[in-house]
Amino acid sequence: MSTPRMAAMAVNPDFVGRTYPPSGPYVVDADAIAAFAAAVGATDPVHTDAKAARAAGYPDVIAPPTMAVTIEQRCSRAYVGDPEAGIDYSRVVHGEQRFTHHRPITAGDHITGTTTVDGIRQAGAHAMVDVRTELVDAEGKAVCTAVSTIVIRGGE
Amino acid sequence: MTVRRVADVTVGEKLGPKTIPVRRDTLRAYAAASGDDNPIHQNEDFARQVGLPDVIAHGMWTMGATGTLVTEWAGDPGRIVAYGTRFTNMVVVPRTGSEIVVAGEVTDMDPGAGTATVAVTATAGGRDVLGRCTAVVRLG
Repeated sequence: MSTPRMAAMAVNPDFVGRTYPPSGPYVVDADAIAAFAAAVGATDPVHTDAKAARAAGYPDVIAPPTMAVTIEQRCSRAYVGDPEAGIDYSRVVHGEQRFTHHRPITAGDHITGTTTVDGIRQAGAHAMVDVRTELVDAEGKAVCTAVSTIVIRGGE
Repeated sequence: MTVRRVADVTVGEKLGPKTIPVRRDTLRAYAAASGDDNPIHQNEDFARQVGLPDVIAHGMWTMGATGTLVTEWAGDPGRIVAYGTRFTNMVVVPRTGSEIVVAGEVTDMDPGAGTATVAVTATAGGRDVLGRCTAVVRLG
């Protein structure tokens, strides 16, 4: 019989500090930025109009701040989907999300992400995992640090 | 848009409130744009089967939509240098749609760095859906 504690304990604590090989590059295109901006109601023309973006000092249209998550999640799948990590994805809830932007993600970027498991802790029946992904551009320069806390719910 | 400047900002300044509607087609658009096509955000039968009251919004939609309060205030979305939140409650989206109400307050300024910290709240049905939500803006 599986108790709540046992379900949560299935998350493998040995993965703390583990870094996965770089994932990508993911090419950022203007249409994807426009679609994402529309979906979150971001109406600033720097998301859709290259001329407006250049007037604001950017080489091309820029992504809304939270669009980094779309690349982050493709990179962190290596960890979340790792059978040895013991994460039951059907029990995963997004607990917390943080972005540090070193510069805006811009159309034409080739972004590569490196995911590290920063921490795993128990909170009652749940396991909470801090997953950090460092996104860099084609020259290896920092673009965004994205940190997700995922909660793997214990219990039935 | 005009970039907000350090001289224009004071601690205690309020942003909003702003009411943002969310409908099923909003979530379909977010699913398509983000790649997060979990059926709990689109299919009410599926949502109920897994114990939810109805379709719920993607947490990242809520974070993204809430962020427009700050990006519009900043005058340039590229000036958000940090943005973080906890997800404390779900936004239930019945067939008739729903809305979130977002507001903010400047809680800190760093004149050396030229940044302002904005604490943000987001509620749905009177309940906080984001917790400890803050953004740091690089001012002009």
